[in-house]
Amino acid sequence: MSSISLSRFLAVLFKEFIQMRRDRITFGMMIGLPLVQLFLFGFAINADPRHLPTLVELGDNGPISRAVISGMQNSSYFDFTGIVAGTEAGEEALRRGDANFVIVIPQGFERDVVRGRSPEILVAADASDPSATGGAVAALSGIVSVAISEALTGPLARPGGAPAFSVIVHREYNPEGRTSTNIVPGLLAIILSMTMVLITAVAIVKESERGTMEMLIATPVKPIEVMLGKILPYVFVGYVQTGVFLAAARLVFGVPFEGSPLAFIVGFNLFIIVNLALGFLISTMARNQMQAMQLSFFTILPSILLSGFMFPFAGMPGWAQALGTGVPATHFLRLVRKVMLKGGGLPDVTGDLWALGIILVVISIIAMLRYRQTLD
Amino acid sequence: MRSEYVIDVEGLSKSFGGKLVVDRFDIRVPKGAIYGFLGPNGSGKTTTIRMLCGLLTADAGAGTCLGFDLRREAARIKENVGYMTQKFSLYEDLSIRENLDFVARMYRMDRRRERVDTALEELGLANRSRQLAGTLSGGWKQRLALAACLLHEPKLLLLDEPTAGVDPKARRDFWDEIRRLSALGVTVLVSTHYMDEAVQCDFITYIAYGKKLIDGPSGRIPELVGLETWRVEGEELALLEARLKTLPGIEQVARFGMVLHVSGIDRAALRSTVTALEAEGTHRWSLQVAGLEEAFIYLMAGARDNFNGGGIEAAA
Repeated sequence: MSSISLSRFLAVLFKEFIQMRRDRITFGMMIGLPLVQLFLFGFAINADPRHLPTLVELGDNGPISRAVISGMQNSSYFDFTGIVAGTEAGEEALRRGDANFVIVIPQGFERDVVRGRSPEILVAADASDPSATGGAVAALSGIVSVAISEALTGPLARPGGAPAFSVIVHREYNPEGRTSTNIVPGLLAIILSMTMVLITAVAIVKESERGTMEMLIATPVKPIEVMLGKILPYVFVGYVQTGVFLAAARLVFGVPFEGSPLAFIVGFNLFIIVNLALGFLISTMARNQMQAMQLSFFTILPSILLSGFMFPFAGMPGWAQALGTGVPATHFLRLVRKVMLKGGGLPDVTGDLWALGIILVVISIIAMLRYRQTLD
Repeated sequence: MRSEYVIDVEGLSKSFGGKLVVDRFDIRVPKGAIYGFLGPNGSGKTTTIRMLCGLLTADAGAGTCLGFDLRREAARIKENVGYMTQKFSLYEDLSIRENLDFVARMYRMDRRRERVDTALEELGLANRSRQLAGTLSGGWKQRLALAACLLHEPKLLLLDEPTAGVDPKARRDFWDEIRRLSALGVTVLVSTHYMDEAVQCDFITYIAYGKKLIDGPSGRIPELVGLETWRVEGEELALLEARLKTLPGIEQVARFGMVLHVSGIDRAALRSTVTALEAEGTHRWSLQVAGLEEAFIYLMAGARDNFNGGGIEAAA
C-alpha cells in the first residue's frame, strides 16, 4: 500500500488533460501564443535595420554628389525622403524624428574632390537609439568611398595606392547576418521557460485556491502521484510547442538545423524539467494564482534580459554575467544556438547540460524542502 | 483494535502562527453514533476535523481513529474515512460522472464503473451525469459531495458543516441520509451551527475558541449545563423581556414565538425573582424542562464572555 499507484497517477493525468481541454483560452494560449510570438518577433525584431529615413542638404549638385547619394540609396540602409534647406531645418527634422540621418554635402564638394582636397561630408545621425543607426553608420564610409572611386573614371581616376593591409571578415554560421536566424532559436528558450514555469505554477496553486487540494489529499493519493500527474501533461505541451516552433522556424524563417538532434533532444528535455521544477517551486511559495503569476513573471525578465537573448552576454558586467549564469534560459539558449546554427553535437554542449543539471538539483532541493504533504 | 471507540483522541492541540486554535481537545466517538460537533465560527472545529483525518499534523496529543494511530498511520485512516469539506471541493470543470470516477480511482476501487453508475442512480443524477459539477445548485453540490465521499464505503464520515447554505428541504433529506448510514453502522462526526441539527445527534460536544466546554449524550446536555428554565405566557412579552434581563438570577431570556424562556444557573436567585413576578399576576409562569436550545444559547453567550481573546478560523 505504500507503493506508487499507476492507476492513481493516470487518473490525475487524465483529469488534468480534461481540464486543459475545457479551458479553451489557456489551451489556445499554450499553442497559439508561442506561434504569434514567433511570427511577431521573428519578423519584427531586426538588429540591422535598413531603409532609414534620410534627408539631404545639397550644397552641390554635380555628378559625384549624385553618385554618393545613389550609392547610399543602393546600400538599402538609407531612404532619401527629401531635401532640407539649411542646418537648422536639418536639426529640426532630426529632433522631431522625421529622419534618422541628415547628410550635408558642402558647396564645392565635387570641385574639391577633383582637386584632391578631401572635402568632408557631414552625416548627422540620431544616435539616441544607437542600435537603430549603428549598422548604417558602420557601412557609410565604405559606401561613400566606393561611390566616389566609381565616379572618378578616366583621367580623374586616382593612382591606386594599395592599403597597408586588409581585413577579411567571415560571418560564420549566419553569413547574411540575419537577425531572425539569431532571434528564432532564442525565442524557443524564452517561450518554453515562460509557458512551462507559469502553467505549472498556476496549475498546482489552482488546486489549493479552489479547495480541491483538500479533497485530493484527504484521499490516499501520494504527493508524487499528484505531482507527476499534474506535471506530465505540460511536458507534453512543451513537446508540442517545440515541434510547432521548429517547423515554423524551418519553413517560415529558413533557420537551419545543422547539428545533432540527439543533443537537442537531451537539452530540451532537461530544460523543460528545469522549468517545471521552477514552476513547482513557485507553487510552494504562492498562495493564489495571482501570486503564482507574478512570481513566474519575475523569473521571465532575467530570462529575456540576462540570458544573452536580447543583449550579448559578453557585454554585461561580471556580476550580471554571474546572475545570468544562474538563469536556465542562458544555457539552453547557448545549447540551441550551438546545435541549430553551429552544427554542434553532444560533446559541444556538455557544459551547458551540466549547468542545467546543477540548476535543476538546486531548484529541486529547495522545492522539496518547501513542499508539505499536509495543509499546515 | 486498541480502542472500542471509532475515534479516541486525547490532548489534541494545534496552533497557527503562535495562536492556539485547538487546545488539548479530547474526543471519544462510539461506533455507529452520530456525533455533533458544535461551536461558534472560528472555534477550531475545522482544524480538529482536519487533524482527525490526517490533513493537518497535531502539535500535541495522540490517539486512534478507526483503530489506526493518528500520527503513524495517517495513510490507513485516509483509506477508511470519508471527509466532506466545508467548501465544495470537487472539480467544477469536470462533469458529475468524471468527478465520481476520479474519486473512485483515487481509492483504487474495483468495479469502478458499476459503483459510479449506482451512485449516480441513487443520487438521481444518472441522466445529468455529463453536466459540469460547477453548474449544479448548492443543494445538489452538497449531495454530490456526500455521494463522492461515500463511494469507497468508509466506516467513518467526517462532515464539516455539510448543510451550510443549503435549503431546509435539502437539509432534511441530508439528515435522513445521515441517519440511514448511522443505522448501517457508519460512524458520523458532523459539525454544525444549527440547533435543529444538533437535536438529531446522539452525542454532542461543544467547543469554543479551541477549548471543549462540554460533551455528552445530547439528551443530557441541558442537565450537564445545569440550567433551569421557566416558560412565560401572556401579553406584551417585549416589554417584559426588556425588564427581565435586568433582574437578579436571570441569565438568559429567549423568545420562541408567543412564549419566553427564562433561564438561570443560580436556582435560588431565579426562583425568588420568578415568585415575585408571578405575584404580579400579569403572566402565566411554568417550570419547563430545559432544552438543548437554551443550553446552547447559554453556552454561546458564556463563550463570548469567557473567551474574549478573539478566535481565528483555520486558513481555508
